[in-house]
Amino acid sequence: MAATLDEQTGNLWRDVRHDIARNPSALTGFFLLLSLLLFCTFGKLLWPDDPAALDLTQISQPPHLGLQTLVIYPDDASPVIAPENIHALQLTAPAHTEAVRLAWPTKNTMNFTLYRHTLPPSGLQDLGLPLATVHVDSTVSTVNYIDQLLLENRRYFYSVVSLDHAGKPIGVETLAVDVAHATPAENLNRHDGEHPKTIQLPAHPFGTDKLGRDLLARLIEGGRTSLFIGFAAPMLYVLFGALYGAMAGYRGGRIDTGMMAFADFVIALPFLLFVILLRIAFGLGAGDSGITALLVALLLLSWPNSARLVRAQVLQLRSMAYVDAARLQGASGFYIVWKHMLPNVLPSILVTLSFAIPAAIFTEAFLSFIGLGVVPPASSWGSMCNEGLSTLLTHPHELLFPATFISLTVLAFNLFGDGLRDALDVQTREARQ
Amino acid sequence: MIHYALKRIFTGLITIWFIASATFLAMHMVPGDPLADEKAVPLEIRTALLEYYGLDQPLPVQYLRFFNNMLHGDFGLSFTQKNRAVNDIIRAHFPVSALLGCIALLFATGGAMLWGALAARFHRHWPDYLIMGVVVASISIPGFVFAALAQIAVLHINQQFGTQFPLAGWGTVQQMLLPALVLGLGTMAYMARLMRSSMLDVQQAQYIRTARAKGLSSSRIFWIHTLRNAALPVFSTLGPAIAAITTGGFVVETVFAIPGLGRYFVQAVQQLDYTVIMGTTVFYGSFLVLMVLVVDLLVGVIDPRIRLQDGR
Amino acid sequence: MFFQKYNWQKCKLFLIASLLCLPIPAWAVSHAVNANTQTVQMALSTEPPNLNSLTSTDSVSFFMLLHLQEGLLSYGDNDELVGGVAESWRMDGTHVSFTLRDNARWSDGKPVRAQDFVFAWRTVLDKKTASNYAFIFYPIKNAEKIHRGELSPDELGVMADDDRHLRVELEQPTAYFLSLTTFATYFPLREDFYTTQQSRYAADAGKLLYNGAFTLKEWTHGASLTLEKNPQYWNAANIKLNAINIPHITNDANTLFNLFQSNEIALTELSRETLPQALQQRLYIQSFLNGMLNYMEFNFREKSPLHNHALREAISLVIDRQALVNKVIAAPGTRPTTNFFPAWLPGLLPSTNNIPAPDIEKARQALSLAKKELNVETLPPLTLLIYDTPSAVRQAEYLQRILQQTLGIQLIIDKQIFKQKLAKLNSGDFDMALSAWGPDYNDPMTFADLLASSNANNHGRYSNPQYDQLVAQAARLPLGDTRAETFATMQTIIAKDISVVPLTEPGIIYVQNRQLKNVKRSRFGGDPDFRHAYIEEKPSL
Repeated sequence: MAATLDEQTGNLWRDVRHDIARNPSALTGFFLLLSLLLFCTFGKLLWPDDPAALDLTQISQPPHLGLQTLVIYPDDASPVIAPENIHALQLTAPAHTEAVRLAWPTKNTMNFTLYRHTLPPSGLQDLGLPLATVHVDSTVSTVNYIDQLLLENRRYFYSVVSLDHAGKPIGVETLAVDVAHATPAENLNRHDGEHPKTIQLPAHPFGTDKLGRDLLARLIEGGRTSLFIGFAAPMLYVLFGALYGAMAGYRGGRIDTGMMAFADFVIALPFLLFVILLRIAFGLGAGDSGITALLVALLLLSWPNSARLVRAQVLQLRSMAYVDAARLQGASGFYIVWKHMLPNVLPSILVTLSFAIPAAIFTEAFLSFIGLGVVPPASSWGSMCNEGLSTLLTHPHELLFPATFISLTVLAFNLFGDGLRDALDVQTREARQ
Repeated sequence: MIHYALKRIFTGLITIWFIASATFLAMHMVPGDPLADEKAVPLEIRTALLEYYGLDQPLPVQYLRFFNNMLHGDFGLSFTQKNRAVNDIIRAHFPVSALLGCIALLFATGGAMLWGALAARFHRHWPDYLIMGVVVASISIPGFVFAALAQIAVLHINQQFGTQFPLAGWGTVQQMLLPALVLGLGTMAYMARLMRSSMLDVQQAQYIRTARAKGLSSSRIFWIHTLRNAALPVFSTLGPAIAAITTGGFVVETVFAIPGLGRYFVQAVQQLDYTVIMGTTVFYGSFLVLMVLVVDLLVGVIDPRIRLQDGR
Repeated sequence: MFFQKYNWQKCKLFLIASLLCLPIPAWAVSHAVNANTQTVQMALSTEPPNLNSLTSTDSVSFFMLLHLQEGLLSYGDNDELVGGVAESWRMDGTHVSFTLRDNARWSDGKPVRAQDFVFAWRTVLDKKTASNYAFIFYPIKNAEKIHRGELSPDELGVMADDDRHLRVELEQPTAYFLSLTTFATYFPLREDFYTTQQSRYAADAGKLLYNGAFTLKEWTHGASLTLEKNPQYWNAANIKLNAINIPHITNDANTLFNLFQSNEIALTELSRETLPQALQQRLYIQSFLNGMLNYMEFNFREKSPLHNHALREAISLVIDRQALVNKVIAAPGTRPTTNFFPAWLPGLLPSTNNIPAPDIEKARQALSLAKKELNVETLPPLTLLIYDTPSAVRQAEYLQRILQQTLGIQLIIDKQIFKQKLAKLNSGDFDMALSAWGPDYNDPMTFADLLASSNANNHGRYSNPQYDQLVAQAARLPLGDTRAETFATMQTIIAKDISVVPLTEPGIIYVQNRQLKNVKRSRFGGDPDFRHAYIEEKPSL
């Protein structure tokens, strides 16, 4: 009896495979999924950049395949310009992203405000970002200022406004400065003894984040977390739910009623509120990534749906002749559930799983959004999205890539899950007929 | 039917008790100190505050007290919003969430019927592929990304065309539209899929073939027979949909600065405002239980199969 | 038949479907400023948590109270003390006397009397009020004892001679006492009103009395507030704004900037992320140092290795404040600092703020000394306790990397939500923490006091008897050079002991509607200050 059943299920799987192979969207989903998994598992071999390596010279850099950069050596002493040679706002050294060195004569004024703009200024209220207010005493003839604030490889307009004692502007001077990308030599770790003037930096095909970390490496790293949560949580709770449901369905009677009543209570808990509540209830120890807390929270809240599903199937199967036969042959309850019932409910469990995984990935992303996601140095696509959200307009790549990866994963699971469900639907329908 | 309804109401009450107890338990597991403040709180004041909030009592006493107050519909005073009762907070902010949810739900069911029916009618033609493509894509975008994108899109429209669509806030009709749209989208997508497959099923059904054979006009068949029957399974998902929409409101309310209960809850969590967290959770839980109950009973009234099932 | 192509049915369906997607034109438009009605619109970051001046502790409530109520004294345009409810005052050693204005009135028309202050101050010190700011009354005679429950509130060193004369007795001469009277906790409160409202005082717009420039006309919780000019205010003639509308409550920097751009609010702070857009649109950007100090705290308890001086020194030597400010925090307006006392405070010696470059070599030497003193081969991982704000996380990630690279110290980031971080700080469950401190009043004591061994906000339990003695001394000393030197000595001790590592003075940059004038940004007691603001007819260039 059991052998024929196994044969039947074997046939079922073969047919399902066949069905999915003929369904283009399910097939797309499947291969998309496969490539995402490969990306996260083996991506590190192909792209060995350290996801935690900071590069403060390349903050929020858009994608590039190798940027030309000036190399700055510690002994590059900038030529000192004698104060008497400074007659206007000017640079005292070539401007680069590490520092823009400015100087201007005081001309008997003692108070100045220095501004920096990205557009040519058009008036006293359009000088850009106020960088500093400088107060000097009357013995000083020139003011020096070094601007290092988040400089990008572009043109800036510096303006210095001289103020009278009451703080009223009495003069303004503007200087356009082209800033070149630069990297201090000590950051490059070159040991060949050469001193090139410019070099090409390693590529960042997906750009960098707010701390200059390589986004591709972080996407691989974060994907591991996201997919781990995505797979581990549903597997745990679907497995637990299935066992719970199978148990309830198999035992039947009062035990069944009691067990299912409890499952119904858990279903009634408002999901997101309780995920948040449990997530903070478990708290976070120092160095805890928060993944375990999230997994436990998801497990505690999500198991009842699969328990219900499995129970219904088991109830249906329990009355089947071959189960009775097995029981008559003296098979143990566990054996019957394991050998006869689970293979039959497996298809619906798999379908549940294919929709539970994207849901878990979304939940993680949502928790990241309200600041309860994984804790650094761990990262996830969700937490990367949340970091990138604020710079959406200025550096869209920081949001776009992680969001795309989440969307692709969810899309892949949806397509594949739909295909799987359709295939199983057809098969079961035919089997019934 | 009455027997069924009574049974459901009874289990509903027990469920609410379960939710309240689970909330109480979870809340008292939370590490941290709800009374802590940026400026350190002296011991004497701490003691006074503990007494004020009844936190000096042993846990069972607190539980009984919480329960007793809950039965009287009193969730206590907020920890962070001094002098405000949790009841006032719920009363002030829940209507906002509820209104937003209603608009979103209306949009979701309306849209889902329309797009689902449309896709089914053009089954395996380009409108079907287009609609389903958009639907699947919209399910795949995280809510907060979508909300932020929508806000920025409106900003650009305002700048390009000189229009003045509001970007955030609450009060006028236009302020409600965008958030409701964003909020309802996910639910609409799920429902549209359901509607489509249900339509396809119904179109194959015997009674439709009969109707066609009788020579009824195709528009009559569509409106009277197909649409109505296909919509039934969609309606039965309304309960969970309400749950999804009310709790999904957190994100939308945060991004669009809407004074709903969801945003309040997130803030309360970050501030560890015990009473507000417990009150809101119990309230939402009860509300959802009620909604599912109402939907189930309504479907029971509409759908004779369920009535008959219970009659046996 | 049923799948017949392109019939009217389908067209109708499509029509309805596309209608659903049509935008509906906007009709109600609100404006950030209105010169005719002299109204301004702004946003708050959160709902005001507590408008009861006796117990409120947060900046949003202080902002509201600054506009709604007034204490004995107030700050003028340049942070000088000016008369509030008091028209004249005299401080003579431990005796302070105030004469109240004849025309100072509550919003219901009744005069503000000296007794209203006496009642408020006694109530604050009542244990049952549970006011976190009660300590700010400690310079007044018997205040501390009353607060501990050792004396009855009647024995507080404050009395009303008559309706218009208030006398205060201090424990000891306190140079900064007058600036304390501007603080919200010192505001008056009318006994009859307070007792009728009981526990619901200040919970709603109608449950408050106002003696300030504005009254709270409407308060829709969580959604909007409306402040209206208070005709009963003694200085109403000089208040030009008729109303301050607060139609939005949000702290999302992008939403706020979007609201500013669509002319719905007149003032908003910029973030590092919104700055490029503001520049691109040629907005007028201003900056302001908000008076706070960001610093790193260490745990001096025996269980943490950071009680070791050499280890603290090693860590402090590798921090590159320039990189931290310019690249990691990168919030324009923020400055690196090594001083515990921000330079804007009055009564300090002029200080130089030279930011040292990191000294890795010296740090490594200090580290090996630390290991020898602690008798360990390798250091255990250290925890860094932070709030869950994006900027704090970035700073922590940076420090984690730097300490690992330069000293091989493993840093564990302990990111906690607000109350959980505070609980961990208070119980000493950390090695290092990123913290911030804001001034309560305009005197260096508001910072100096923080590191006294008895101060509960000194979470690391740093204790140096010499420092404690200097704090006690500075509290007594009159303003002047000796006092300034005392603070300078404290600064030297902090630097030598490495009791904390001052990191930055956070600044803010903001954009303001060009018609809105005379908004004062202030470092204490409520910001921004709209009391003397007005709307100009045409945008000036």
